[in-house]
Amino acid sequence: MGQNTEAYVTGIGQSEVGVRLTRSPMGLTKDAIMEALADAGLTLDQIDGVASYPGKSHGYLGFSPVGVDEVIEQFGIKARWHSGAAEIPAQLSAIASAADAIRAGHARHVICFRTVYEAAAMSRPEEFPPLRREHVEGYSQWTAPYFAISAACWVGQYAMRHMHRYGMTREQLAQVALNANRNALRNPRARAITKKPLTMDDYMAARMISSPFCLYDCDRFSDCSTVIIVSAGDALDEVKATPVRIAASAGRVDRWSWDQAEWMASYATGPELWAKTDYKPKDVDTVQFYDGFAFFPISWLEALGFCEIGEGHRFIEGGTRIALDGELPLNTGGGQIGAGRLHGFGFAHEAVLQLRGQGGERQIPGDPKVAVATSGGGPLAAALLLARD
Amino acid sequence: MSPPQPPRRPRPKLDADNRAFWTGGAEGKLNMMKCGDCGEFTHPPRQICRHCQSENMAAVAVAGTGEIDTFTINYQAWMPGLEVPFVIARVRLDGVPGVVLTTNVVNCDVNDVKFDDKVKVAFDEQDGIWFPVFEKVA
Repeated sequence: MGQNTEAYVTGIGQSEVGVRLTRSPMGLTKDAIMEALADAGLTLDQIDGVASYPGKSHGYLGFSPVGVDEVIEQFGIKARWHSGAAEIPAQLSAIASAADAIRAGHARHVICFRTVYEAAAMSRPEEFPPLRREHVEGYSQWTAPYFAISAACWVGQYAMRHMHRYGMTREQLAQVALNANRNALRNPRARAITKKPLTMDDYMAARMISSPFCLYDCDRFSDCSTVIIVSAGDALDEVKATPVRIAASAGRVDRWSWDQAEWMASYATGPELWAKTDYKPKDVDTVQFYDGFAFFPISWLEALGFCEIGEGHRFIEGGTRIALDGELPLNTGGGQIGAGRLHGFGFAHEAVLQLRGQGGERQIPGDPKVAVATSGGGPLAAALLLARD
Repeated sequence: MSPPQPPRRPRPKLDADNRAFWTGGAEGKLNMMKCGDCGEFTHPPRQICRHCQSENMAAVAVAGTGEIDTFTINYQAWMPGLEVPFVIARVRLDGVPGVVLTTNVVNCDVNDVKFDDKVKVAFDEQDGIWFPVFEKVA
């Protein structure tokens, strides 16, 4: 039997998910790390790598209040490899990078974390100042002068184009939010975010943000830390949890732009993922798709070939196909719309829970073995293919 | 207490790459960066052509007309005093293949903006920057 050179998710952890939490960002990060270590059956002295996205965000602490360097220092990690970077394809590429490092022999057990504090930061601006600049620089100089300040305005234009070209309706788009609401109500960690059922009437009557998006099409600021531990195949005898293999990853961009690119980077990333594996879309048991805005999961369905381009809204019409008992359960924990803006890492966490059969009240039926988790929108896109062997 | 004043447009920092674009409106011109060798436009503007890597680049005035590629009606006041709703659009520029501009469509009811509408540039000057915005062509 040859050496196992694959990389596996061996531990997952998550702090409380809340809105305006008072526990510190490092405290939440500790909660998630300790839960992930206990889940994997590992101890801190076995960890030799740390990865995050995007690293500490000094200009806007609520977005990313904890850096990789701080985690190494706080927990006394002897890091043979570490990475905390913003200019990678998207959030989940931090996990893909850790897997690459492990396959290359640079580390055996890597803590990958994403801590967000956007809700708490808004309530404590003196401690966690919002983004304020005299000038708009970088790409935002081409959008912010027109008060296109939120990504809702940028992504809304892609969604409006889908309506114009392919006939997507608001009722079809609504299925993303309604599905997220149903699943979040079964997720104990979503209780601070989703408290009551959402109906189509509620959705259609909601206040508009930037067309076609209403309030329920946008994810919810939250405070949380999520941890994914990635381990080497030849270190699996050190862990107790069911390992989930990172079978493939991809993150491709052909034009880094929020407006010049006709297609979001997800559309180049989907085919790139399948080019790296023998698995096919038909092998996938559940998908966990980034839903910062409700249009993103529709675009990921198309980009990953679960349907033709321009058919994503028809794929989800009525909501039965993407429900927990449907043919392709989507965002089974509620996604970011239903369970809080965990910023990408929540999708990997939920995929692993489902593949292990630990989804509790929201566990999908059957014996799921393969999942896809994605993150990002616009010029950012990352996809992970996860498999339980 | 009086309502807050409408906010000023967030201001780009002028530099060698973008000055001709953001100040061309002083002469009524919509300037785009064009390559003297391959003839392609580079936007966002740069001093090295993104198509052929030539450094023979110059800002040239383009027609300033185009069509609505896509748009959104924005309802959320992202800044105190921001008057809503208003239209944010991507405009395909005539004679500038492969380039769209994110902009506002002004001087019409937000519900009158449609895909492929023909538009022309106007300039909203604020403290030395001439922000190109667009109006529907009657």
